Amino acid sequence: MGQKITIEPVTRVEGHGKVTIHLDNEGNIAQTRLHIVEFRGFERFVQGRPYWEAPVLVQRLCGICPVSHHLAAAKALDVIVGAGTGDGLTPTGEKMRRLMHYGQFFQSHTLHFFHLAAPDLLFGIDGDPLKRNIIGIALENKELAVQGVMMRKYGQEVIRATAGKKIHGTGAIPGGINKHLSEEDKEYLLNGDDPINIAKMIDWSQAALEFFHDYHKKNKDIIDEFIDFPSSYLSLVRKDGALDIYHGVLRAVDPEGKKILHDVDYQEYYKYIDEEVRSWSYMKFPYLKEIGTKTGWYSVGPLARLNTADFIDTPLAQKEFEKFKAYNNGKPSNKPMHYHWARLIEILHAAEKMKELLNDPDLLEGELVIKGNKSYEGVGLLEAPRGTLFHHYKINDNDQIEMANLIVSTTNNNQPMNEAVNQVATKMMTGKQKITEGMMNAVEVAIRAYDPCLSCATHALGQMPLEITLLDQNNKVIDNKTSV
Amino acid sequence: MPENSRILIYGYGNPGRQDDALGVKFAEMAEEWARQENYENIETDSNYQLNIEDAIIMKDKDLVIFADASKEKLEDFKLEPLKPRNKTDFTMHHVPPAFLLFLAGELYGYVPETYILHIKGYEWEFMAEPTMQALLNLQKAFGFIQDYLKDFIQK
Repeated sequence: MGQKITIEPVTRVEGHGKVTIHLDNEGNIAQTRLHIVEFRGFERFVQGRPYWEAPVLVQRLCGICPVSHHLAAAKALDVIVGAGTGDGLTPTGEKMRRLMHYGQFFQSHTLHFFHLAAPDLLFGIDGDPLKRNIIGIALENKELAVQGVMMRKYGQEVIRATAGKKIHGTGAIPGGINKHLSEEDKEYLLNGDDPINIAKMIDWSQAALEFFHDYHKKNKDIIDEFIDFPSSYLSLVRKDGALDIYHGVLRAVDPEGKKILHDVDYQEYYKYIDEEVRSWSYMKFPYLKEIGTKTGWYSVGPLARLNTADFIDTPLAQKEFEKFKAYNNGKPSNKPMHYHWARLIEILHAAEKMKELLNDPDLLEGELVIKGNKSYEGVGLLEAPRGTLFHHYKINDNDQIEMANLIVSTTNNNQPMNEAVNQVATKMMTGKQKITEGMMNAVEVAIRAYDPCLSCATHALGQMPLEITLLDQNNKVIDNKTSV
Repeated sequence: MPENSRILIYGYGNPGRQDDALGVKFAEMAEEWARQENYENIETDSNYQLNIEDAIIMKDKDLVIFADASKEKLEDFKLEPLKPRNKTDFTMHHVPPAFLLFLAGELYGYVPETYILHIKGYEWEFMAEPTMQALLNLQKAFGFIQDYLKDFIQK
């Protein structure tokens, strides 16, 4: 008798996800699907609102990565107010936004590593659920846990200093930024009392990478072999090919590293990217139009960025990038657990970039805003911590938003997450009649590698619960498990 | 509450989603009240959600009150003592207050006296203004906490 296993939703993933695993009569995996309930309420909500409100309004989407939405919306509106397409701002405007963005990256990636990923690594995929969080880290290695907490704090402080406040920040406005960095904040972030200073953040970022390298040497089965499947990768890169999370051109490479999207202007993203609707999922499936729905899907996020970029323009992160590239023989890594590795390299890069920017006098003085000829349509793209984030707006003669389209990072990773779940389920669940904690967590570990924010992806409201269900071919429940 | 007691009032929620703003609004009201009454020992903070770094600000407090909007079946509000608990929600991009308490204990060896104030909310759409009934609940809850803190000060 065929069976269907449902994992609903996924722990340590923001929002709501449900995994169904269909078994055939022999107990083999027939099909796996990651279901995410998607509402498109937000795009409708902003229709009719004055366009300049968008950078603040979009932060209502979710409180996990409000800075990314804030900046992506502001970039789209830069186009509308005639301030260019991402690189037309004043030096102060662009650098303040970049500092805000690196702060967001630093705190978001730090949370993921210390609270979500490291527990999986330290305690194993079938480890005690109560230890698979930062408490477990604290019990095992208190210093590491304190570092994680303080690094989060540092990133939040950068956001406060640039966005103005923790909730509904107002720093980025169409055409620029609304304030300079204060001397006091500059001094605090550069040379604050230990450990809140940039030198310590760089040290700890390197220490986290050392922790990972050491773990990797001893656990190649988890990092290299747990999941491995070919994927294409998409991200922004700077025009010269450098990793750039704030602005650049869109590049995609295939699993072997061959360019399949050739550094195109993202203002015309819709010429190259479309979203497929599938009857069984509320979340759409983006794909490269030229390749088609079947094989045109791609991965985004830290691993995608390192797979598409040619180099990193900060010295310490570049050294780590070279190690990463050498390990993968100069080709893209097709191992989703390498997302953790890539994320740590990006933490170090963000720390180095923050140091560079904090020492830049342009943050303390200079023109904040630039404006030119108004247009009626703008696209803002950037690399959010979880991957490429698209904001697209059209306005009318009354300056009201007429159309909004958002493609968030997690939606871009829809198909890769499905692929990852399929591979893990096939490995762990074939022939099984009961869902064990270890099996369930293995599926979650695969999904967590992508650090999905389903609250964002679904544009959903509120919170939703977690559950695993096993069903036979007639959809009769034969097992059910709720995640801790 | 002796005059030198260190108190934290921390409201959390998304002010862009109607009644989810109650926790943050509570913290704003507390900040204004503390300023007017010259309670320099009362610190306030707010955010979309709690996260691991918030363990830091708890480590030197004698009393912590978290304020949050609630979907529970309440008449208006409820103040509940909080015990440390090593259990996270299904979503780990934020942490529950009891987990935060546990984390503070593990990292700093100290757990302050902590309460959570649940304020009944009703609507959670993409709107900035809370519902009238939720605002009434907020006022009641705030009055209660003012009296609670005044009594505590006189003890």
